[in-house]
Amino acid sequence: MSPPLLGVEEEVQSSVSSPSVECISENGMGLKERNYLGLSDCSSVDSSGVSSNLNLKATELRLGLPGSQSPERETELCLLNLGKLDEKPLFPLLPSKDGICSSSQKNVVTGNKRGFSDTMDGFSEVKGYVYTEKSWMFHEAGSDSESPQSVGHGKYPGNSGVNVILSARSPGVQASVKQDEPANVLQEQPRATNGTSLKQTVISNNNTGAPAAKAQVVGWPPIRPFRTKTLAASSKNNDEVDGKPGPGALFVKVSMDGAPYLRKVDLRTYSTYQELSSALEKMFSCFTLGQCGSNGTAGKETLSESRLKDLLHGSEYVVTYKDKDGDWMLVGDVPWEMFIETCKRLKIMKSSDAIGLAPRAMEKSKANNKKELGYGC
Amino acid sequence: MNYFPDEVLEHVFDFITSHKDRNSVSLVCKSWHKIERYSRQRVFIGNCYSISPERLIARFPGLKSLTLKGKPHFADFNLVPHDWGGFVYPWIKALAKSRIGLEELRLKRMVVSDESLELLSKSFVNFKSLVLVSCEGFTTDGLAAIAANCRFLRELDLQENEVDDHRGHWLSCFPESCTSLISLNFACLRGEVNLGALERLVSRSPNLKSLRLNRAVPLDTLQKLLMRAPQLVDLGIGSYVHDPFSEVYNKLKIAIQRCKSIRSLSGFLEVAPHCMSAIYPICGNLTFLNLSYAPGLHGNKLMKLIQHCRKLQRLWILDCIGDKGLGVVALTCKELQELRVFPSDPFGAGNAAVTEEGLVLVSAGCPKLNSLLYFCQQMTNAALITVAKNCPNFIRFRLCILDPIKPDPVTNQPLDEGFGAIVQSCKGLKRLSLSGLLTDQVFLYIGMYAEQLEMLSIAFAADSDKGMLYVLNGCKKLRKLEIRDCPFGDAALLEDVGKYETMRSLWMSSCEVTLGGCKSVAEKMPSLNVEIIDECEQMEFNLDDKQKVDKMYLYRTLVGHRKDAPEYVSIL
Repeated sequence: MSPPLLGVEEEVQSSVSSPSVECISENGMGLKERNYLGLSDCSSVDSSGVSSNLNLKATELRLGLPGSQSPERETELCLLNLGKLDEKPLFPLLPSKDGICSSSQKNVVTGNKRGFSDTMDGFSEVKGYVYTEKSWMFHEAGSDSESPQSVGHGKYPGNSGVNVILSARSPGVQASVKQDEPANVLQEQPRATNGTSLKQTVISNNNTGAPAAKAQVVGWPPIRPFRTKTLAASSKNNDEVDGKPGPGALFVKVSMDGAPYLRKVDLRTYSTYQELSSALEKMFSCFTLGQCGSNGTAGKETLSESRLKDLLHGSEYVVTYKDKDGDWMLVGDVPWEMFIETCKRLKIMKSSDAIGLAPRAMEKSKANNKKELGYGC
Repeated sequence: MNYFPDEVLEHVFDFITSHKDRNSVSLVCKSWHKIERYSRQRVFIGNCYSISPERLIARFPGLKSLTLKGKPHFADFNLVPHDWGGFVYPWIKALAKSRIGLEELRLKRMVVSDESLELLSKSFVNFKSLVLVSCEGFTTDGLAAIAANCRFLRELDLQENEVDDHRGHWLSCFPESCTSLISLNFACLRGEVNLGALERLVSRSPNLKSLRLNRAVPLDTLQKLLMRAPQLVDLGIGSYVHDPFSEVYNKLKIAIQRCKSIRSLSGFLEVAPHCMSAIYPICGNLTFLNLSYAPGLHGNKLMKLIQHCRKLQRLWILDCIGDKGLGVVALTCKELQELRVFPSDPFGAGNAAVTEEGLVLVSAGCPKLNSLLYFCQQMTNAALITVAKNCPNFIRFRLCILDPIKPDPVTNQPLDEGFGAIVQSCKGLKRLSLSGLLTDQVFLYIGMYAEQLEMLSIAFAADSDKGMLYVLNGCKKLRKLEIRDCPFGDAALLEDVGKYETMRSLWMSSCEVTLGGCKSVAEKMPSLNVEIIDECEQMEFNLDDKQKVDKMYLYRTLVGHRKDAPEYVSIL
């Protein structure tokens, strides 16, 4: 009796080219579970083909649906340190384990230990565990790289989001997911691999920043809830205080006299006034071109851009911004970091319009400069 | 044999302050036991269920200061259900009835009700000091009672408690006659405070050395408070948001410059980072800097601030400091002993900004480093080996890789060798928390080398019972062992049940131990309470001994089963 295997079939198929995929899918359940015992670069095993004396059952990784039984995990399955823990009985087929291990690729799933369970609604992140559990048995046949390690395919969540589960050993789904995920977390049964489910954070060890998984392990990372609540509140407050959308983008509207519509720029994508200025030039060149004449060729574009530059930096246009107090100021007087914190809106206006503005801005910024010297910012 | 009269011995014992030493003294002989117990003023109880208040009172009639800890450590991470226990009320009630002149109460992870606080405030005339860490169950009304009734209150220190805040009235409850405050920390309160009352309180507290404000205290109040309390040694800033061109900011700069004694700085719960320069004048003297609640402070501003802190011994920071920032720490803070790097976005996109590189840099630059809590994206064996070489003095080493079973990303190996190097090199290691991909091997190393280890936290590690056995056999000084999600079963649990009597407690959750195994421990060791925490109440329906136990917490005790356990806890 083969307990149901869980996993996500479609992921496997999309990412795996070895023939073992078929056998995985043969196992019938829509969801497949993958295992990763560290030898993982080997292709998945065709369980039906293996002779029974290899104690296949022990090597099967199973995720139990609630109520199902799962086999005890065999300790022999830990192949990672066989060299060192030589008191452990070696699995009969293992002699070439070294071959297996050494051929493991960077993006091999090495985390093993635990079973994990996919959430029932099959979040896409939680997919495609590498089914390497029995793969090493067929190492000679095909432990090639196209193992179902769909690791590193960028599909999986980044490291910190561990999808899953909570370990209760008993039947019944325990939806003790910490965040308010809509997930129905499966109860994970397999003691085959120590208990909880860590998912393929293991798999994701090569992913550098895929978005977090939706479900999380209770109590991980081990941070006091007081701290997470306070930090969350802090970030929110800082945003409110500064009026910024937060560490993400910082969009401000940019208007230009005579332009038919406004643009928006993300101030965080620039780190100097020069960059901002170039970006504005590019953005608004199309508006001033009308005044400059036609464009079309690159050369002419360049001409127009530089013309715009002249316009901007010359006498015709100035870039101004509205600060937190509502005053219109000339761009460029304060240090960049201070600027992005106080800038609410940008406006490119004709110099002639800015005459009244400039002196006041200069005074204010002179005061700034004095302070700046003090800061050494 | 006593050659001296009791009074002389008592006087000698006065110089022995550590709890361990005093406990040892009391075991020497009957007369020393007697002298020690009558002269003992400070008692530390690491597990409030290991002893009863009555027995405590009977043994130490001179008790003045009591420290109690309630819930197991993993309660910090939501692994212990809400009303599991740890109630302080029975203790206060018993102490109140007795003749004990309690002056100081320090609680950690306990449930404290307003009723307890009120009783406390009314029962002990000389009550001086209340320290609550990670407690819950009380509101600001309880604080109001303390403020109003404890006439000689010196210390009110609230650290990271969940307090139901009924707004600022409690501060006004300090009577005008209260001038004895030395330490006031209400940074964890989320609500408004009466700023006028706060200013007046600080004005009339000339001995105030430690003041930690909450977010509701704005900058202009901070400036006024600093003007009135330039003698402060420890400052926690609430809100630090202001216009750098304002009058208030100028005044603040002046006020800060007068505070020449500040050695410890924390808070910045709200911060406008371009105004940090006002703080620079005091940075040079700081020995403790805690910016772990200031996500608004990062990048260059943060670097600049750190560069001024050359005498820093303890630094608590968020991981947005990045590896580069840790490099700056390594260059600047040569006296650094303790570093804690917390994740600013623990459940986020998995991009903790620090990796093994930052840690290696700090270890190279700060040879005095002896205490570490480090949340990071990844760790390598090579890095750990280097850190072990650079810093052999670790007493506390707690590493948390955000992905709990992540191997060494360079070699894809488990982190056994790295942690092995740490335990081998750091002979004085007392506390260790592991993470990352780990097999039984690391536990072999721990058992072999970690001779001084007292507390070990394990999660998602090991391959078999062997792991746990190596630790139980090898670590002779082990006091607290907490394990979650490891394949340790009955064989490991039952191998040496006598060991648990030498330890304070053992926590195992999501492991392989069965109900039968736990029952067996309980039978063999009547001096242990073996608690099964079963939130889903599955045990009710299925009392099969082969049933796996979700959460087991066992601890030694002198007073048998506790009477206040909720329904879902069965004590075997």
